[in-house]
Amino acid sequence: MYAYDELDRTLINERVEEFRDQVKRRLSGELTEDEFKILRLQNGVYLQLHAYMFRVAIPYGTLSSKQLRRLAHVARRYDRGYGHFTTRQNIQFNWIKLAELPDALSDLAEVGIHAMQTSGNNTRNVTSDQWAGVAPDEVEDPRIWSELLRQYTTLHPEFSFLPRKFKFAITASEHDRAAIKVHDIGLRLHKNAEGETGFEVLVGGGLGRTPFIAKTIKPFLAGRDLLSYVEAILRVYNQYGRRDNIYKARIKILVHELGIEKFAQEVEDEWLQMRDSALTLDDAVVEDIRSRFSYPVYEKLPQMPEELRKAAHDPHFEAWRKNSVAPHKAPGYAIVTLSLKPVGGPPGDATADQMDAIADLADKYSFGEIRVGHEQNLALPHVARRDLPALWRALDKIGVATPNVNLVSDIIACPGLDYCSLANARSIPIAQELTRRFANHDTANLIGRLHVNISGCINACGHHHVGHIGILGVEKNGEEFYQITIGGRADENAVVGTLIGPAVPYGEVADVVEDIVEAYLALRARPDELFVDTVKRLGVEPFRERVYATR
Amino acid sequence: MTSPLEQKKIRIAGPSMVTANRTWDGVVIYRTAQRGWSVSLSDAAIVRTSDEARALLAESVADDVGAVGAYIAPVEVEDGGKIKPGNLREHIRSEGVTIDLPEPA
Repeated sequence: MYAYDELDRTLINERVEEFRDQVKRRLSGELTEDEFKILRLQNGVYLQLHAYMFRVAIPYGTLSSKQLRRLAHVARRYDRGYGHFTTRQNIQFNWIKLAELPDALSDLAEVGIHAMQTSGNNTRNVTSDQWAGVAPDEVEDPRIWSELLRQYTTLHPEFSFLPRKFKFAITASEHDRAAIKVHDIGLRLHKNAEGETGFEVLVGGGLGRTPFIAKTIKPFLAGRDLLSYVEAILRVYNQYGRRDNIYKARIKILVHELGIEKFAQEVEDEWLQMRDSALTLDDAVVEDIRSRFSYPVYEKLPQMPEELRKAAHDPHFEAWRKNSVAPHKAPGYAIVTLSLKPVGGPPGDATADQMDAIADLADKYSFGEIRVGHEQNLALPHVARRDLPALWRALDKIGVATPNVNLVSDIIACPGLDYCSLANARSIPIAQELTRRFANHDTANLIGRLHVNISGCINACGHHHVGHIGILGVEKNGEEFYQITIGGRADENAVVGTLIGPAVPYGEVADVVEDIVEAYLALRARPDELFVDTVKRLGVEPFRERVYATR
Repeated sequence: MTSPLEQKKIRIAGPSMVTANRTWDGVVIYRTAQRGWSVSLSDAAIVRTSDEARALLAESVADDVGAVGAYIAPVEVEDGGKIKPGNLREHIRSEGVTIDLPEPA
């Protein structure tokens, strides 16, 4: 966990009071909606179909049990008893009243949570690997650098009125769990040939109307140069990024139009003017931030304790363990993913009672720490392997132990037309139906790793472009239709999926997905060939034939 | 449904109303014939020409303190006069989400 200092606390508290005054002036009519809109957006407040939506940041996906309890409190006190975890390590409340928002923010501020820059044309919540600090293969904890960027970019005047929103993601592992290649700036911590740690800098990734996979602009950047280099990128974007057309305003369009070589040269020229400035990070600054992260003191524990050996006879436990428990850097410990994808449930939602119960379990089994992943699941990052059976029973009791992590029913979905004012079609009911179709665990297990992503409009909050199976809701003559893509992926081999054919109506989406999965099972070279690998090997044609032969 | 936030030219093809969200709590509201707002669609003022729609929207937008994001939306008016939402988006705004919400503990 990162402990905020006095400066952070003061900033958050002052922000609450500033927003309280802005809300008061809006409600009295002193501020018009046009004047107020930019202010509310900079505090994570949207207006959706039924109500205001309040988006709260969970920087780099790390939460304390105390903070999670407070989110539960906000859900219960100010909303309708639940929250929705998003694909960018935020939580959204769907039914908040504007008049009560300052109080909700104040309650959150008491535990160091805020909603600054969770919306608007500024630098957004800095996201990272939800397994940061505990993944066995990571170079170092990427949250140190995430926090540094968070501090640097928060309320930075030059980054507060960008042409469009701007998103960072950082990973430090070979396997990218942070989807860095679909972010405006993706940073990959790695070691160079000399054994020094630094960043591969990628730029221009993004989904939405025009999807692009980020390109490497600098293969190795020393940590001390991170801020100056990032600022150089943002300056080039601020200077050349389009402000006349919202659909062409993201940095991905600028990178595409200039070309990566020209863009890189512009950044290099800008950087040379400032690289040895006050922005150069000295070791003391980085160490100060590192020192404010606390890490558990792990016991020396056996990797295969008796409790685990005994529980292995229970097929239900084993089914859960196999896809929810991951290796930890400390022997005798594990990382446990909590599925927020129950059969028939809305992906990513958790009730206030579940949040409270998870906070209690985090205290009991995970040194009081919880993580939020972009797949819209939670994780307990420090669980002793001997505690896994007891933890599983407790998680099962509260409905977050569905053994479907990374399987076909572990669906990423945006709120869609049920909530969102931008959506063209519903996402959640499609996801719910798919979880019912693939509820049989043996079948899901036979299918293996398969990511289904659903977006209710082209803005792609459900990251449909990079789903192994992507589903995009569109409108045709007032009816909901869905375009299906296959072969996308969001990891270190990120690629945009390929459309398989004409959009299908709402009532046929689940049938189409079943057809695609059946085709895959018949076509895969061997049982361990993943769906995406079969698509890569064969292309989309055999799947297209299967889906449209009878339609 | 094409987002009404994109609504620029006012041209209606059938009976329509003006809807918005109440400023202080965001609740869905409908412009009434009495120049006020109601949370009930059945109270909505119905317009049938583009000129009427333009006028209703203009007076609605003028109430910047009471309402946010006013726009024109289609409705169906049944023989008995009952007003129904004219598309899925408005159905969801009027009737609520199409999924079950968690039961309060």
